[in-house]
Amino acid sequence: MNRTLRWLSRNPIWGFILLIFVFFSLANPFFFDLQNFENILVQTSTIGLIALGMTLVMINGNIDLSVGGIVALSASLVVDIQGWEVFAGWGDWQLVPAVAAALLAGVALGALNGLIVWWTGVDAFIVTLGAMLGIRGLVFVYTKEQSFYAANFAFSDFGSSNIGPLPTLAVVFLVCALLVHWLLSQTVHGRNTYAVGGNRQAAVNAGIRIGPHMMVNFIILGFLAALAGMTLASQMGASTPTLGQDYELWVITAVVLGGTKLTGGAGNIVGTLGGVLAIGILRNGMNLMQVPAFYVLVILGVILIAVLFLDRQLNRKGQEGYRL
Amino acid sequence: MAEERLKSATRILTQRGILIAFILFMVGFSVVSDRFMTPDNLQAVFRQAAIIGVMALGVTLVVICGNLDLSVGSLLSLSTVLVVDLHDKIGPISAIAVTLLAALAVGAVNGLLVGVARLNSLIVTLGMLSAIQGLTLIYTGGQNVDIQNQDTTWFAIFGRGAILGVPTQILIFVVLAVVMHVVLAHTPFGRRVYASGGNPTAAVFSGIRRGRVVLATYMISAFCTGIAAIILGSRVMGSQNNVGQGYELLVLSAVILGGTSLLGGSGSIAKTVIGVLILGFIQNGLLLLGFAYYVQWLVTWVVIILAVWLDIAAKRGRMFSPFA
Repeated sequence: MNRTLRWLSRNPIWGFILLIFVFFSLANPFFFDLQNFENILVQTSTIGLIALGMTLVMINGNIDLSVGGIVALSASLVVDIQGWEVFAGWGDWQLVPAVAAALLAGVALGALNGLIVWWTGVDAFIVTLGAMLGIRGLVFVYTKEQSFYAANFAFSDFGSSNIGPLPTLAVVFLVCALLVHWLLSQTVHGRNTYAVGGNRQAAVNAGIRIGPHMMVNFIILGFLAALAGMTLASQMGASTPTLGQDYELWVITAVVLGGTKLTGGAGNIVGTLGGVLAIGILRNGMNLMQVPAFYVLVILGVILIAVLFLDRQLNRKGQEGYRL
Repeated sequence: MAEERLKSATRILTQRGILIAFILFMVGFSVVSDRFMTPDNLQAVFRQAAIIGVMALGVTLVVICGNLDLSVGSLLSLSTVLVVDLHDKIGPISAIAVTLLAALAVGAVNGLLVGVARLNSLIVTLGMLSAIQGLTLIYTGGQNVDIQNQDTTWFAIFGRGAILGVPTQILIFVVLAVVMHVVLAHTPFGRRVYASGGNPTAAVFSGIRRGRVVLATYMISAFCTGIAAIILGSRVMGSQNNVGQGYELLVLSAVILGGTSLLGGSGSIAKTVIGVLILGFIQNGLLLLGFAYYVQWLVTWVVIILAVWLDIAAKRGRMFSPFA
């Protein structure tokens, strides 16, 4: 019992999830329903996929503001390229070059961000702030401000398909979560991720090549953001150039709610799952209760600050007190 | 002798790099486009830059003090909606007063959370960004607002009028910039801001009440955003409820571009003014050359990273990052 309490005090977000889960179950007859739980999983999968990668980057002590642009670019690429005339006779195989191009774009932009952080030593916040504007510019240049519609129906069917009892997109998200969790907790790369974020100088002295290391994490994030863009496009069967705007803010909110520190060195995938689920359940539950979407914004903002406040009260005893 | 002269030349080049880039931009654009260096065009650039500029003045203080303010974008939305909506209900003077008070209140909340409760400024203002956007939408009920008697109200003076032939918004920007420069460079308060950002611990030990300084910087930042909202509301005579979306990062780009360090403790109002003007002239110049509006984002991407890279490269004495 004591251990459970201590775990909750370090991960207050799961207590919060329990609270809103019970609340919505009692308050709305449609909430506690297997179909609805599947909905929540699908709705959170987009933000969730990006949040997985963002967790790695933030444990590194970096941040990435450019993920929204990558989402839009990969969505536009995958929807546009499958309609190219070159691939017209390919049947469903026309999805292969489209998906490959979208993922490649995500990986390349992640690598570019990582490379700039590595070579120039400019803070990741500034590098990706520039990239956020620039990649959005790329999207507009590529799409000429047009929306695209998916030419191949198999692509849009994928977004609403099931594997066994579960929606495919939820399975994709859960598999990715397992993989990243494994990477972070069981591999050398994962251990290095904590080491670099915890004490950069010590990591250098221990022989970790932190430049390439951080670049790998940016690449993983770019890949996952591109994947998220494709899942979004396949749900809509279309893409718009403004897709993914504000996603960086939602994702960072989710990761921070999950207990990852902006200063680096601490955090885990279980926490991030909690952060993502909290946002998903809150949005879904309030939607079912027909509360306008605006209130979710206010509640999320307040919760974000409250979690930070709680964390300070529970886990940072001995710090200087309040003084004006 | 010659070597020394070369050395001082490089030093000037690196220290004044952003100014030189600015001059190069101006010369380049005026050679390529004959409409660029006309009084009308220059005035247009200044008018457009005034809103971002006024906001950037306040954010500069926050950044020098070692914090971030991401809430200014949605605060701009809230303030603009307030001043426009209240204009018809309680008259211009009361509307302006209420708007500025509301902005100051938001600034005070930011300042107390960051300065007194010592929470991370990025997350606090991220939470406030979301919460204030939600409040704005709740206030307007999702509607846009506008002013009925647009042609007769004296409220038009801020965004459309001129005093002694100078457009009022430029005048406001210039006066505010001069006042802020004096406050920051020539008063004890200004020195406390630099000290709190440069070395918080040392500042506290030398008797500076850091919490108060942080609180003041956030309130000044919010006040500046309130002023920007009055200019914007008066220019448009109406407001969308998300008009400020994305402004927080544009404003931050301008501050960074000028050369104010995100680490705190260095920077100046003059630098920020240059940063704002560079952003304005890039936008205007590229449009005059016939590029689509989104091309400026690509150019800004390159310019931001180059500017910060050259700045820190000059400080560490080598081009590439020291870490492996």
